[in-house]
Amino acid sequence: MIRLALAVALSVAPVIAAPAMAEPSRIVVLGGTAAEIVAALGAQDRLVARDSTSTFPESLTALPDLGYLRALSPEGVLSAAPDLILAEAGAGPAEAVEVLKAAGLPYVTVPEGYAPEAVAAKISVIGAALGAETAAAALAGQVEAGLAEARAKAAPISPKKRVLFILSLQGGKVMAGGEGSAAEAIIALAGGVNAATGFQGYKPMTEEAVLAAAPDAILMMDRSGRGAVIPEEVMALPALAASPAVQSGAVIRMDGLKLLGFGPRTPEAAAELRAALYGA
Amino acid sequence: MTGLSLTYPGDRSARAVRLSWGLMAALVGASLLALGLGAASVSLPGVVGDLLAGRGVAPQDQLVLMQIRLPRLVLGLLIGAALGVSGALMQGLFRNPLADPGLVGVGAGAGLGAVLAIVLGGAVAVSVPLAAFLGAWGAVVLLYRVATRGGQTSVAVLLLAGIALAALAGAATGVLVYLADDRQLRDLTFWSMGSLGGASWAKCLWAGAFILPVLVLAPRLGAGLNALALGEAAARQIGHPVERIKTLTVLAVAAATGAATAAAGGIGFIGIVVPHLLRLASGPDHRRLLPNAALLGAALLVLADTGARLIVAPAELPIGILTALLGAPVFLWILLRQARWEG
Repeated sequence: MIRLALAVALSVAPVIAAPAMAEPSRIVVLGGTAAEIVAALGAQDRLVARDSTSTFPESLTALPDLGYLRALSPEGVLSAAPDLILAEAGAGPAEAVEVLKAAGLPYVTVPEGYAPEAVAAKISVIGAALGAETAAAALAGQVEAGLAEARAKAAPISPKKRVLFILSLQGGKVMAGGEGSAAEAIIALAGGVNAATGFQGYKPMTEEAVLAAAPDAILMMDRSGRGAVIPEEVMALPALAASPAVQSGAVIRMDGLKLLGFGPRTPEAAAELRAALYGA
Repeated sequence: MTGLSLTYPGDRSARAVRLSWGLMAALVGASLLALGLGAASVSLPGVVGDLLAGRGVAPQDQLVLMQIRLPRLVLGLLIGAALGVSGALMQGLFRNPLADPGLVGVGAGAGLGAVLAIVLGGAVAVSVPLAAFLGAWGAVVLLYRVATRGGQTSVAVLLLAGIALAALAGAATGVLVYLADDRQLRDLTFWSMGSLGGASWAKCLWAGAFILPVLVLAPRLGAGLNALALGEAAARQIGHPVERIKTLTVLAVAAATGAATAAAGGIGFIGIVVPHLLRLASGPDHRRLLPNAALLGAALLVLADTGARLIVAPAELPIGILTALLGAPVFLWILLRQARWEG
């Protein structure tokens, strides 16, 4: 039964895929950075559905929402009748991705990465899938030039400011971006140094570690509505009250996807953060 | 199973048999709904018509029905039946209407296994379902050994050691949650709310391999559990192999719930509410209660899953939210009704 159904699905796959190879016109995008790249390549009007993390440009939010990237329903994705699925490597669960890959539709995995080189790789994979190689090469070149410029400007800065990235406050506890996090990568690109060291990823820090970190600046995501970290709340924390950051009022807020997405807006994010840290 | 079968004043067995037929009809109805409804527009009558007329079915429809909805339906039936039967078995074994498989450490063990696989997944290449299943089994075997002295299993020790083990597993889970990164935390949250979203034929096959034998075996424990309701000594005196019944019950629950939790994460309330509803409708005779619990559990879970797929389509809700949302008020209602009768 399984074999039969699979054989049928596989035997019809080329029939569906062949006309789609040229110019996919009904694209499902799964992942915020991938969606941003599709829009930057001018293919936004070919999108038919997105996941809940795809929120930039804002016009994307008008598209049907297929749910959270890690909890996709294969039938929901197929109900959008896509002729191309563009998914970031983190899409899941694995079983849903398996069904989608077996559906005989082109399924393109966009690589992940917080290193500056990863951005160009993401753009070229998406460009090839869209049949927009020329535009992708131009965009990748532009982003790489922007990143090179950011690095060139960051290198001579001395002394570098120590930046603490606060993901959230949990009952007054600081959830900070540690080593190997996207936050650390963007701080470095903006000419700063991550003040939170000694742990990987995002973890709650003890108050004493926060005190010892003594950041020169505090970086947060600019989220509206409930759950947002309020600068006043951060500045009122005893562990941070004496830090140079709070003393000088250096609390920076930036859009989360732009700051941590490592997509086309990363050079812009680095420049913005550098300007906020060191002035123009 | 040897021993006397008991009769109750106000025998409701005829009613229970009628109820079985009703539940089977409900199960068929729920299954047709689950196959016919979904985010993708597939007309079930249209597909059946095409098949009967010897026409081919559109490949997209075939994919949605054969690779997505049907395995999901089969998995839902298996897991719903497993949870319903396990709940009834536990309540029979502990002679307590509030017992559920969590009491023998299945949930805590499976949870610890799943968290281990999600957080350390990169280092040890073990799939989440396998780890959850091993965790559930490990917990039950450990508890059973703790509670068994000289060939006698103490249900009271089983219960208390289960609480201790759950606390221990909770602490270990906490350590791993602390180590988890942002995405792993999200994965953990979704796992704990349960979902049939990852259904596949392979999953049906291995979950069925553990659950189906339990579904066949469980009704044969019915007479023994009826006798246990009188107390262990009385059950032994009227000729029931009490220790064997206890062992088989615990093993059956571990296999069925372990496989169910491994395949779909934490799905609550089916195990508690289903036996309760059935006892209200047709009395406490386990010989009828156990098969009916399988039928009602399967029908309820398939219905809840259809709701989970439709309410926020094309996205979907974790099914544990729906079963708790529906189950908790029903449970309260049952308690209030009982309180009124007794008060």
